Amino acid sequence: MNMPMIHDAALHTLIDQVRNAASEGRQLDIRGGDTKAFLGGARRGEPLALRQLTGVSSYEPTELVVTARAGTLLSELEATLADAGQYLPFDPPRFAPGGTVGGMVAAGLAGPARAAVGSVRDYVLGMTLLTGRGEVVTFGGQVMKNVAGYDVARLLAGSMGVLGVILEVSLKVLPRPKAVRSLALEVDEANALALIDGWRRQPLPINATAWHAGELLVRLAGARAAVDAATKQLGGRGLEQEADQDRWAKLRDHRHWFFEPKSAQPTDAGALWRLSVPAGVAPLEIEGDTLLEWGGSQRWLRTRTDAATVHAAARRAGGHAIRWSGSGPASERVAPMDATVLRLHRQLKHAFDPQGIFNAGRLHPDL
Amino acid sequence: MEAETLTHDEAALGARRSEVVAALGAVLPADMILARREDVTPYECDGLSAYRALPMVVVLPQTEEQVAAVLRVCHRLGVPVVARGAGTGLSGGATPHRQGVVLSLARFNRIVRIDPVTCTAIVQSGVRNLAISEAAAPHGLYYAPDPSSQIACTIGGNVAENSGGVHCLKYGLTLHNVLKVRGFTIEGEPVEFGSEALDTAGLDLLPVLVGSEGMLAITIEATVRLIPRPQLARCIMASFPDVESAGDAVAAVIGAGIIPAGLELMDKRMTAAVEDFVHAGYDLDAAAILLCESDGTIEEVAEEIEHMSEVLRAAGAMRIEVSHDEAQRLKFWSGRKNAFPATGRISPDYMCMDSTIPRKRLAEVLRAIEAMEEKYALRCVNVFHAGDGNLHPLILFDANDPDQLRRCELFGADILETSVAVGGTVTGEHGVGIEKLNSMCVQFSTEERELMSGVKRAFDPTELLNPGKVIPTLHRCAEYGKMTVLRGLLPFPNLPRF
Repeated sequence: MNMPMIHDAALHTLIDQVRNAASEGRQLDIRGGDTKAFLGGARRGEPLALRQLTGVSSYEPTELVVTARAGTLLSELEATLADAGQYLPFDPPRFAPGGTVGGMVAAGLAGPARAAVGSVRDYVLGMTLLTGRGEVVTFGGQVMKNVAGYDVARLLAGSMGVLGVILEVSLKVLPRPKAVRSLALEVDEANALALIDGWRRQPLPINATAWHAGELLVRLAGARAAVDAATKQLGGRGLEQEADQDRWAKLRDHRHWFFEPKSAQPTDAGALWRLSVPAGVAPLEIEGDTLLEWGGSQRWLRTRTDAATVHAAARRAGGHAIRWSGSGPASERVAPMDATVLRLHRQLKHAFDPQGIFNAGRLHPDL
Repeated sequence: MEAETLTHDEAALGARRSEVVAALGAVLPADMILARREDVTPYECDGLSAYRALPMVVVLPQTEEQVAAVLRVCHRLGVPVVARGAGTGLSGGATPHRQGVVLSLARFNRIVRIDPVTCTAIVQSGVRNLAISEAAAPHGLYYAPDPSSQIACTIGGNVAENSGGVHCLKYGLTLHNVLKVRGFTIEGEPVEFGSEALDTAGLDLLPVLVGSEGMLAITIEATVRLIPRPQLARCIMASFPDVESAGDAVAAVIGAGIIPAGLELMDKRMTAAVEDFVHAGYDLDAAAILLCESDGTIEEVAEEIEHMSEVLRAAGAMRIEVSHDEAQRLKFWSGRKNAFPATGRISPDYMCMDSTIPRKRLAEVLRAIEAMEEKYALRCVNVFHAGDGNLHPLILFDANDPDQLRRCELFGADILETSVAVGGTVTGEHGVGIEKLNSMCVQFSTEERELMSGVKRAFDPTELLNPGKVIPTLHRCAEYGKMTVLRGLLPFPNLPRF
């Protein structure tokens, strides 16, 4: 209700497609920029294209809120924000040109700053979506604080399209930090984690951390005085502006050589796993190459170790694992869900998409 | 005829109560079950005392097994369950159900663990908000969300309401500071939402649970994020000649790329009322006062306070005072934090509204509220989280005068509908409860409310958890629509529906 209305041919086409699919029981595959096809379970059904639904609907920098239609290019949104000195703090990855705002929210992926600033979900303020019944509904709004009804808009963040089609989304944005600087320290994995554990409880402007192959990268962001003071305290080698931005972007977009199996990795290096674990977890004892982000909470692992062992290690640490890329049975891509939680998932799916037409299996094999 | 019906109802209720008490007695010690009128009366309302209902039974379990057992009994017998923390909520979210059980979580008051390495605390749902920060203080850490009721309200209630506070512009709401919630479904099955890791497999159910007002599951324990206490905090008190320029100053601060740790506004009448109460040295000549806080390292705060002062002066501040020490900073805040009790001293009753609007519409909505004072012949004082656009108009009235109560309710509804009309929402942080059920008819379409009901049934298929809250029935909305049109007092009887 709070959101600007969407009235155009593109929307009506989408509604017709969804209603027809629902009445005929056909499956749909929601597509934005088609840049994350590799993510999640295999795609099924006929494409439902969001590319025509474009445009930044409203943006007022002093409100710290931007509203954009799902098919708007992420690059266009970011350029609009940059003109006003603002940005999306969660630093969403772009694996190829052409990624859209809707895809960014549906995938729910955040970049290197995640541990410091929060996830996509934390910045979602409101959303208009198209349900499996072909109804256009709006939840949340364009204000910072809003507890009217259940927070359905944030539930859609990271839902991989299984509940409905995101048509338009309002996001909280922030002013760019006044100062940014990156440092590199030579340390092994265990010592990198120990350093981070020590920093976490101090009021330091740490915006991102990443460790790989004996090097810990730290990005500081905030007031100039705070960044200067932290630079002295942390030590290490300062990185030149340009080189340093490129390094973080490469990590974020998986252009770092760790993520490039074809060019830089031996062909038998195994699958790429993403492990999401609590802060404070010691190095995981799994053979392979490791890249740490998010203060150790996001751990990338390239290993030939079997799926059951990787899932068990993540679970023991209090987290979960996803096979990001590499071959193997679809059922082993993610760990099975707890029975109660799975029941809630199925019942929620039914509430939004009773005919089960949207993105079957993309989020989880059981959904 | 009517008396007979009542007697019949009471007899039926008595029989039902005996049945439920007997079933609960099989799973709980007798001293954890309250069913006599004098024992359940203290639970008849929460912080919204205008709405009262005697619960059929109150239970005070002490262990998780007992909570699960109570839920299994209620599920089997079809008894509504209303969870209750400290009962400080302002929207009637914990108002009891006459045929239901109040499940008090007051005995779940243990801080399970403070972990200074991961900067997290695991606390049971009945732990008070402020107690978390007190327990974390020796490690230099604290829990950021600080609703005004933080000395009394519990984390379970904060999770239910997605509570905010004066620092949430910079540090986020409850949702942004809770990592994981452990609890039970209505069937008595253990369930976890969120994770101590930064995400979970599958859908992110935590944001739906947070703010669901006890309607989806029962919270037993929460893992919350702690953050390092800033080295220093300083507060600017800025006076403005009119409310408009104060409102514009708020936009100017944000527009300058500053995110203050707190940014609050009080109008002249509110300032006078709190000055009388706390003697903080507020500027009584100002039409509006802004409190603007900076926190961080010593260098950061110095830099930011200077920048903020410049912006506020340029926006028309007549007088600027910066707190010179912690005692003075707390004094500046004492009035803001005591706005409600201070209001209680100038009026027999008041009703607190809680809408959020886009910041740029602040001045316009404040003028509209002024006009409403005349229309409904009632006074209103204003205090609010200006940085978030979250208004708290306090409508002053005397509940002993039925016509004043009626006018007050219309005044409140008018403010909420105006807020929706300018692109805002009917509740920023207090929740819908039963107080704002009618306003939900204005903010959401039938399809939207139906989908919320679908979410409710996904978690609680037989709708036993806190029934009758948050989502108004179709019938209620139809009646409300008729009423507002008939009375013709409300300005937006037929808001365009999407």
